[in-house]
Amino acid sequence: MEKLCTDPRTRGVSTGTTILAAIFDGGVVIGSDSRASIGGEYVSSKTINKVIQVHDRIFCCMAGSLADAQAVIKAAKFHLSFHSVQMESPPLVIAAASVLKDLCYKNKEELQAGFLTAGWDKKNGPQVYVVSLGGMLISQQVTIGGSGSTFIYGYVDAKYKPNMTKEECLQFATNALALAMGRDNVSGGVAHLVVITEKGVEHVVVPGDKLPRFHDE
Amino acid sequence: MAASSVMMPYFSQQVSSKSDMVPDWTRQEVSTGTTIMAVEYDGGVVIGADSRTTTGAYIANRVTDKLTRIHDRIYCCRSGSAADTQAIAEVVAYQLGFHSIELDEPPLVETAANLFRASCYRYREELTAGILVAGWDRRKGGQVYSVPIGGMLVRQPVSVGGSGSTYIYGFMDSNYKPGLNKDQCMELTATALTLAMERDGSSGGVVRLASISEEGVERRVILGNQLPKFSTH
Repeated sequence: MEKLCTDPRTRGVSTGTTILAAIFDGGVVIGSDSRASIGGEYVSSKTINKVIQVHDRIFCCMAGSLADAQAVIKAAKFHLSFHSVQMESPPLVIAAASVLKDLCYKNKEELQAGFLTAGWDKKNGPQVYVVSLGGMLISQQVTIGGSGSTFIYGYVDAKYKPNMTKEECLQFATNALALAMGRDNVSGGVAHLVVITEKGVEHVVVPGDKLPRFHDE
Repeated sequence: MAASSVMMPYFSQQVSSKSDMVPDWTRQEVSTGTTIMAVEYDGGVVIGADSRTTTGAYIANRVTDKLTRIHDRIYCCRSGSAADTQAIAEVVAYQLGFHSIELDEPPLVETAANLFRASCYRYREELTAGILVAGWDRRKGGQVYSVPIGGMLVRQPVSVGGSGSTYIYGFMDSNYKPGLNKDQCMELTATALTLAMERDGSSGGVVRLASISEEGVERRVILGNQLPKFSTH
């Protein structure tokens, strides 16, 4: 009976992962854990980077089937760079998200992939978009995904405030990832974070021993 | 087996023949899909629960009391099947009352927890019950014991349970510290339950809180419009 809650039919297939993206005053932080596991029994990689760059100031995190997500992102990168050449300017974040959404929606029968897209562009500043499994596209201030995300909904709802500073937002994202990794056995390793602002892109990697610790650790 | 399809409401639609003619909830088991929480402090415990009981998509009771008295200073928080948990609580309350009369002194929380565990483990195949046992006794003060589905028993300083609990593990890990006082525990519990109720479709209604100490049991209800609000983004 206890197997009901872990049965994929009731829980839904999702990558063993935790991903998040959040807007702060002047930019956006996007991050993930670094664990890849086979069936939740063997950790096949402790340091995989799930934050993919699709353009200079646009990054994506994948959720769902890793194979499907990689294929979609490869096609999206091509579409986006072609679009950028045609427009003779860097693509908008919503353009990247729309390209992903189109691929997910038109192939919804075959695919099982969702994305978080975060970036900065001159027209609309920092933005975060979520493309869900069936191809819905919505814009949010803060969003989380992956199997580990269920454990941090309460934390994110309580702790996220609009217009935080960059340092506050980085601390918020690190804490959220650490809490999720502490409870989800298929999320873990290091915390990969990318900070995107008008000035550029900054990668922050927080190794396991530097992650915040909580009362029972 | 016919019995197992009744106990697994998620699959009952596949086996039912008249799927469109009657509402979905007439064929669903009554469940306290829920959020429950219990916290120890120096001198007692604080327990809390939401108030929603569902049969499928219909809310059968929106003001349920899931904090059930087992003895004067021992309560349990119920999650899982409403029928199963009510039956178990009734049996344990009887057993504990009898035991207390034999002993001629108030029973220990650990005893109550073990009685729950004995029933939940022995009948683990037939039951769907996740229970938090919390109370105060003279020997060890405030204690919280968790008896999840399957019939394990473990004492924890703070514990959450029910379908809504997954959403607040992160909040609980980051906000609980040892050494909180009663009012801080109350606030932590109310906030955590509110966050879970906002995200879990099977939890909602009002927040019921109780604190148990040597002085007695103090119950409180926080109505929907009095719950803390979080910025919707």
